[in-house]
Amino acid sequence: MAKYTAPLVSELVAKGENPEILFWVGCAGSFDERAKAITVAFVKILNHVGIKFAVLGHEESCTGDPAKRAGNEFLFQMMAMSNIQVLNGYQIKKIVTACPHCFNTIKNEYPALGGNYEVVHHAQLLQQLIDEGRIKIKEGGSFKGKKITYHDSCYLGRANQIYEAPRKVLEVLDAQLVEMKRCRSTGLCCGAGGAQMFKEPEKGKKDINVERTEEALQTGATIIAANCPFCMTMLSDGVKNKEKETEIKVYDLAELIALANEL
Amino acid sequence: MQVLAQVIFGVIFLIANYFMVKNILRIRKTILLGKDVSIEASSQRWKNVILIAFGQKKMFKKPLPALLHLFVYLGFLIVNLEMIEIIVDGFFGTHRVLFPLLGSLYSFCINTFEFFAAAVIVACLVFLIRRNLIKVPRFSGVEMTSKPIVDANLILVVEILLMVAFLSMNACDYLLQQAGHEHYTSVGRFFISSSLSPLFAGLSSEALVFIERFCWWFHIIGVLAFANYVFMESKHLHIFLAFVNTYFARTEPAGKLQSMESVTREVKLMLNIPVETTETTTEPGRFGAKEVNDLSWKNILDAFSCTECGRCTQQCPANLTGKKLSPRKIMMDTRRRAQDMMKGIESQGKEFSDGKSLLGDYISEGEIMACTTCNACVEACPVLINPVDIIVQLRQYKVMEESQAPASWNMMFSNVENNFAPWKFSPSDRFNWVQKLD
Repeated sequence: MAKYTAPLVSELVAKGENPEILFWVGCAGSFDERAKAITVAFVKILNHVGIKFAVLGHEESCTGDPAKRAGNEFLFQMMAMSNIQVLNGYQIKKIVTACPHCFNTIKNEYPALGGNYEVVHHAQLLQQLIDEGRIKIKEGGSFKGKKITYHDSCYLGRANQIYEAPRKVLEVLDAQLVEMKRCRSTGLCCGAGGAQMFKEPEKGKKDINVERTEEALQTGATIIAANCPFCMTMLSDGVKNKEKETEIKVYDLAELIALANEL
Repeated sequence: MQVLAQVIFGVIFLIANYFMVKNILRIRKTILLGKDVSIEASSQRWKNVILIAFGQKKMFKKPLPALLHLFVYLGFLIVNLEMIEIIVDGFFGTHRVLFPLLGSLYSFCINTFEFFAAAVIVACLVFLIRRNLIKVPRFSGVEMTSKPIVDANLILVVEILLMVAFLSMNACDYLLQQAGHEHYTSVGRFFISSSLSPLFAGLSSEALVFIERFCWWFHIIGVLAFANYVFMESKHLHIFLAFVNTYFARTEPAGKLQSMESVTREVKLMLNIPVETTETTTEPGRFGAKEVNDLSWKNILDAFSCTECGRCTQQCPANLTGKKLSPRKIMMDTRRRAQDMMKGIESQGKEFSDGKSLLGDYISEGEIMACTTCNACVEACPVLINPVDIIVQLRQYKVMEESQAPASWNMMFSNVENNFAPWKFSPSDRFNWVQKLD
């Protein structure tokens, strides 16, 4: 049997079982090469701690977030309602996702359309697992003493006021956490939100992701920690733009925890 | 002579109040041009009023301006208590009518008023220096044309003049008391005004009486005129609307955008989901907002609560990187359009049209398309104004009514609709990541 598995909800339900928590992978986590590594890292952690989770596989669709923020409410509600039909059909109660956009949409915008679930972002679940002692990092892990700076995503931070959970997760790495000048509630956007990811930026003097990357580089950190697949793309592009991709790495929280645990 | 002064005072006071009430009602009418939204009462709303409006919680992200602003704010609340005495004296021709009633407490009150009057002068001077000499960047921008700049400076200068008049009046009063002038009952010395009194020493008692009376009239007429100005065209309404706006501000997470109920029914029908008969069957009207009255009254209230401080624009990632978007401009344009529309309705009636609209003639497409919905502006606003809510409604009009989304967004829409992901990947590849597990 494979070391790591990602069971499908449909298979669990066919066996008469229910998952403790549904892992909502999201489109980026499913299709984007870089974000797939985040999905894999998080699934490894879920396997490692022995949580009874499941994924929707082919039954998952875009939450509708980019459509809604671009102003296409019809398309958003179409996506939302078909997803809610699937989720309610499986009687899903609790959802975890590694994407703050999916997190925000399912948590805050699905209830008005009949989708009521307990929704957590993977930063919150990871923090909880650390608090419960289910995730432990060996003394002197691979990140010990390294300089890490954490980038607040807008949809976890300002949109949902989650600032501490991701920082608590990073603390277990025994690394040196350095804050950017603009952090927490004044954190600077990566430039991808509001469906900007799916169009060219409007005319301006500079790209937002370059501005943010410069700020991250100023901290002297060698690792930029992200919690969002879109921030991941924007910041990785920013690091490439500055030709620093050999020295500076952008990692998701789940990847850092998985790496530190040698998963 | 005394009776004439009382009559003049009464007439000025009543006329000023008449116009003030008229202008307040007009602002209310302008705000209510917006669509109706029901806002449920909750204790969180009162908490916001107390912490954010009364307590100025969000101001303290910038400690220096916060402290100076606190002086002006407390000065406004406290020094205006003196207005009670001034109005009674004005109507009845008395002088310092509250002194016999308050006794030793009177001296404490006036000393407190004088302290805050001086603090207001210092704070407003620093504000003028920050705006005009240091040129703090957030006070400039495309939307900061000469009108808002003059407005801001005028407000500061008037506040300084009113407080100078108040202190000069007391200084002359003090000298007249010492000279034993019959009308000027001895109420004792107040620290700040008595310290200023040497500036007026050596003047004849006629001159002192003239200055004292001039300052008294200047102060009261100035306050009444200022109050009228505030309710006409100025940006200064936040002194009242901050309280109203923090009460009506959203208490839900900032990331939540409102659901369009008019769409829900259509979507349910398309997806064969049973529609409850109670759900609205009326014609949904326009999707999103093109004009100011497509917005909600809360959006327009936001616009009238804006004092153009620029904290939003200073934090806006689009603005910081040179895009056209400035959240402050969104708010200022919304207010200007609402005022223009009100003027039009007053002169031409309800069916007024000037061939203009909020989107297109006031706010351009380039502005609304630059927003990342990051909520930095919402977070930055000391009075809980939400520019993102307006931007998204304007986008909805552009996309749903005009079908004028950028080509790449149309591609994204079609991918979401057909491939269930915003990119052009085959839905059958969605679970391929599982192969990477080992």
